[in-house]
Formats: sequence, C-alpha cells, structure tokens
Amino acid sequence: MSSLAAFSRRLRRYYLLYSLGFVAFVSLLAVAERFGLTPHWIGQIFLFATIAIYASIGVMSRTSDVSEYYVAGRRVPAMFNGMATAADWMSAASFIGLAGTLYYSGFEGLAFVVGWTGGYVLVAILLAPYLRKFGQFTIPDFLGARYEGHFARVVGVFAGVLASFVYVVAQIYGVGLITSRFIGIEFEIGVFVGLAGVLVCSFLGGMKAVTWTQVAQYVILIVAYLVPVTILSYKVTGVPVPQAVYGRVLQDLGVKELELFSEPRENAVHAQYRARAEEYARKIVDLPESLAAERVVQIQRVNELRTSGASAREIAAAERALRDLPRTPDEARLKWERVRQESLARSVNPAAHAEAFPGADAQSKASERNNFIALSFVLMVGTAALPHILTRYYTTPTVREARHSVFWSLFFISLLYLTAPAYAVFAKWEVYSNLVGSSIATLPHWVASWARTGLVRVEDINGDGILQLAELSINSDAILLLVPEIAGLPYVVSGLVAAGGLAAALSTADGLLLTISHALSHDLYYQMVNPNASTQRRLVITKSQLLVVAVVAAWVASMRPDSILFMVGLAFSIAASAFFPALVLGIFWKRANKWGAVAGMVAGLGVTLFYIARTHTFFGGSMEAAWFDINPISCGVFGVPVGFIVIAVVSLLTPPPSAEVQALVDFVRLPDGEGGYR
Amino acid sequence: MSDIDTRRQAYWRATLRLTSALLLLWAAVSFLPGWFAGELNTVEFLGWPLGFYMAAQGALLVFLAIVWIYAHCMDRLDRRFGVRDNH
Repeated sequence: MSSLAAFSRRLRRYYLLYSLGFVAFVSLLAVAERFGLTPHWIGQIFLFATIAIYASIGVMSRTSDVSEYYVAGRRVPAMFNGMATAADWMSAASFIGLAGTLYYSGFEGLAFVVGWTGGYVLVAILLAPYLRKFGQFTIPDFLGARYEGHFARVVGVFAGVLASFVYVVAQIYGVGLITSRFIGIEFEIGVFVGLAGVLVCSFLGGMKAVTWTQVAQYVILIVAYLVPVTILSYKVTGVPVPQAVYGRVLQDLGVKELELFSEPRENAVHAQYRARAEEYARKIVDLPESLAAERVVQIQRVNELRTSGASAREIAAAERALRDLPRTPDEARLKWERVRQESLARSVNPAAHAEAFPGADAQSKASERNNFIALSFVLMVGTAALPHILTRYYTTPTVREARHSVFWSLFFISLLYLTAPAYAVFAKWEVYSNLVGSSIATLPHWVASWARTGLVRVEDINGDGILQLAELSINSDAILLLVPEIAGLPYVVSGLVAAGGLAAALSTADGLLLTISHALSHDLYYQMVNPNASTQRRLVITKSQLLVVAVVAAWVASMRPDSILFMVGLAFSIAASAFFPALVLGIFWKRANKWGAVAGMVAGLGVTLFYIARTHTFFGGSMEAAWFDINPISCGVFGVPVGFIVIAVVSLLTPPPSAEVQALVDFVRLPDGEGGYR
Repeated sequence: MSDIDTRRQAYWRATLRLTSALLLLWAAVSFLPGWFAGELNTVEFLGWPLGFYMAAQGALLVFLAIVWIYAHCMDRLDRRFGVRDNH
C-alpha cells in the first residue's frame, strides 16, 4: 500500500511539473507571436512538440511484460485512471463536433451531453467494480469465463471489433482534418502523420504507455478546450466562468433571435431560397433532359465570356462551373437533391436555441421528444458497453480504487461537457449580434480565410450587400475552431485548440486500437487458437495485429467516408445491444447461462442492425419503415430490451450454469479475495 | 450455513439495495426532465430555462453526485462487513 501511495505522489509531482511546463511553452509561443512568429510555424511547432511529448512517454514506458502491456500492471491510481479514461473517452467528435452540434440543434443536441455522461453512472454501479474484481485482460475474457466457452467470447470479439473499428476510423479521420487544416499538409498525408502519432505510444508500451500518454493528453485537451471560451465569456459578460454565466447570454440570445426572425430582409432571403429549392425540384424531375440543357447553357456562357473579352477570373469561374457539372443523371440527382435540401433548410428560421421540441404540431413534437429520450438512452447504455472504456477499469490496483476511479472519470469528463453548451451559446451570440446585419464588404478577415476552405460560406443571394442570417453557413465542425478567431484572440490560441483536438483524437484512437488488437491476439489467438503460446510470441502477435489494424483504419479514413458521424452513432448502438445485457445479467443474475447469453447478444445485435438497414438511406432503407418515428442513430433502443428479454427467456428454458460459474459470480460480487474462482 | 456466508449474503443484499435506489435516481434524472422539457422551460432557474438547464448541467451534477455517493457508501459497506480487498 505504501509503495502505491509513494508511486501516486511521484506521479502527481511529475504531472504537475508537466502541466506547468506546458503552460510555460504556450506562453513562450504567445510571446514569440508578438515578435512575429507566423501562424504557419505556430501550427507546426504545436503539432510536432505535442507528438514528441507523447512519443517520449511512449518510449519511456516500453514494456515486454504481459500484465503491463494489457492492463498497465494494475497499478494506476484512481485519479490518474480517471484522467486517462476521460482522454480515452473524449474523442474528436466530443472535442470538435459537440459545440457545433449544440450550436445548430440547440436543446435537441443536449441529448449528447446527457447521454455521454449519464452512462458513467451505469459503469460505476453496474460494471466497473465487478469487472475489476474479475481481473483478467479483456471484456470477451469475462464473457468467455462467465458464459462457459468460446461461443460467447467469439460473439464478444466480433461486436467489440466492429464497434471499435468504426469508431477508430472516425478518430483518424479527425486527425487528418486537423493536421491538414492547421499545418497545411494534404489530408491523406495528415492521416498517416496521425497514425505515426498513435503508434509511437501504443506499439512499444501497450496499455502502460497509453495510460501515461492519455493523462498527458487530457491536460492538453482540457486546457485547450477551456481557454478560448473563458476569454470569450470574459469579453461578453465580464465574468471568466462561462459555465456559470451563459444562462444570461442565452436570455439575450432569445431576444436577439426574435428580432432577427421577424426581420423583413430575412424573410425576403427565405423566399429566394424557397424559390431556388423549387427550381432544383423541377430540374430533378426533368432529368436527364435538364442536365443536357444545363450543360448547353454553361458552354454558351463560357463562349460568350471568351468572345466578349471578360476578365480571366470570370472565365475561369465559368469554366470551373462547367467542369463541376454532374457527369451522369444519377450524379446530378444526388447533387441537386443536396442543393435542394440545403436551400429548403435556409428558407425557414432556425429553431430558437433554448426551445425544447420545436415541432409545428403535437405529433412532430412528440416524435422529437421520443427521439431525444431514445438518443440519450442509447448513448448512455452504449457508453457503459464500449470495451475500450470498460477495460480501463481493469488497470486500477483494487476494487475500491475502481469505484473511485469512475467518479474521477466522470468529473474530468464533465469539465468538457459542462462547457460545450456554453461554447455554442457564446459563439451563436457573437455571430447573431456582431456578424449578421453587417456589411459583406467589411466582414472580419477570418471569414474570407475560412471561406477558402469551404467551411464558411457567405452568399449575398438578395444582393443588398448586407449579411442576413440565412446567407451565412458555417460547417458544424468549424464552430469550435472558429471561436478563437471570433473572439479576436491571437493565433497561438487557435494552435492550442488544434493541439487539443489532436490530443482528443489520438488518445481515443490509441485506446480503441489496443482494444481491437487485444481482442484479436488475446481472445482469438491465445485463448482459442494457441493456448500454449509463449509470452514472447503473444506480444509479437499483439504488436503485429496493432500495426495491421492501424494501417487498415488509416486506409479507410483516407478514403474520406462521408457518413462518419452516423458511423460513430452506430458504434454506440452496436456496443449497447451486444454487450450491455450480457454483462449486466452476468453479474446480477446467476441463472443467466451460456445459451441465453449467446442468443441474447445475437438477437440484440441482429435487431439493431436490422433496424438500421430498414431505416437508413445509406443501406437503402427509409424513415417510412421506422417504428415510433425513432431515427436510425438510436437503433439500439430496440436492440437492448430485446437482448435482455431473449437472455432471460432462453436461460430459463435451458439448464442453469455449472457450480463453477456460480462460484465465479459470487467471487466477482465481493471485493475481497475469497470466493472460489482460481 | 456458516457465519461468513450469511455475512456475505447480507453484504450483497445491502449492495443491491443501494444499487437499485441509485439506479432509480439515475433513470429519473435522465429521462423525466427530457420528457417534460417543454413544461420545465416555462420556469426560469438562475437565468436558464429549467428544462434546458437540467439537460445541460443539472443532470450532470446529479450523475456526479450519484457516482460519488456510490463509491463512499460502498466503502462503508466494505468496512462494515469486513470484505475489503487487501492489496
């Protein structure tokens, strides 16, 4: 005990020094910027300095001990495991995407805030302490031991790899996005730079290295998240605690919204967008003739410009428009449908930020409410079933530390989730009150520089030279990255935010890659194919799996799958419906047996995937086939109860589990050593 | 049945009581404010509409409290029933 306490004290000293060093480093860069360091260099220094930190922690923590490689030697103190879990948990989607989601969907987006935090209650009181007591290496380990045999283990490996893989692709995609935007390298190269950053920590030191790197990454990501909005809050309200004061700004925003939404010019712009939507609807109906006609018009226009001696810029623009014309009627249908939808969305006022369920009639209100509840439910249960999170609680020294560690995890996570809604409100307030209504010729210069990336678009559709709300579109992923510039902060803050986003994406990718490679090497290879493999050989297999999975994930990410957010949502539903019922009943219901568990996991997963295929356009389904109007992202809401019911029914119809398994259940329920298992 | 076994059973029953009570609280905080968000939003709380506040901050703070209470109550149970893990 005393050696652990000394270890914990030493860690605290190291990380305190590290945090102070990081703050000093950022201040130094801020001073250097004053003396003329260019944004390009600041971006590069941030990228390479932080990756160098992660790499050196990775090298220092290299190990060839199996327990250290899989579960960090089970000596991670509660608070540090909490920080590592928080970094593991908060992905590129939380860090970059959440503020933007909340900006656009207001109250509705809060389902993510409730869902991504409430799941930790389930982790804390239903799973973490018991899994720690069980004390093996992976989640399929538990399924295999509790449900006697390889069948449950294989289903667990399959679902775990599926959920983690779609998730890791999203992270590497996020890394590519950040590096390409801030360092100015190509997206595909950025993806592989990110991959190198991930591998330097996980490859040499496994869980041990990843844990200590994640703690370092948490410090960077939380500082990067809090700094810009704190300064913005100070500028707007005079109080540098955004979480406490944004309620007042929300009230002001409500007044501003009413004012803007009844502006005659806004309404005129809406009418113009509606007309455009109708025009595209007509063009889609008239395909393929309309495409041919469009091409003729564009060719004529280019020729006219050429003969009339127009400026080179005009000609180039016309030529680009001609080149970008869809090649086939099918392509045109997709592209024009997108334009039609977008124009239609711009032809009405957005919902008021704080309004819950803004639907027009009672029926659509009820459907919005059901979806809000369903989404929070799926995200919570999914959180409590994602293997890369659950395995983190294998790494604490004791059951008691595991319980406290969940508290620390939720505490460190809440710092970000309590702030995200404030981000959205402050950013919206700045845009609504300072940007909208100003002259387009004198917009701040960040608008032009972001317009070049296509993430911010301004279109003066009514030609009055003044920016109306509907004429401005900001990509939802750009909101967070824009806040430092909206607040007029020096570039070093933007660099800091980019470094934070990178830390969030890398730390999550690390945890996920380890989970996947452990499932393949430990559960499939060691437990099932070759139980006699030497320690040496097991680690070699794990490391080579890690490389293969990482490269495949980077390759998939470099193809830029555009349904990435949907895939992340899918990961939660998959994990929730496959794992949660089997894990919880495995601990709380002795009678649950192997047949029940396997049937329940397969049925839960099956219902979830079936519902997705039925309702999501990606798989050729449609929302008309939906049950209770539930969106495909929340498909797990059907899979989870089905899983519970099937496990219960099938278990009761088949013989009870063996005495040995019942002893195992008794063993995990009590924190102290006795209980009869191993 | 030995004395140790009865004590273990009592420990598990106490754990189950605590778990179900906290689970009930969790479910109430997670789903009720969402269900009644429209109605709650007509009430103002520290500047926020209450429905918005509950989803943005209130629920989170209760979650934190639940996990904290669980960890500390379980410590007490461990001591009372003498089942602390010894490392």
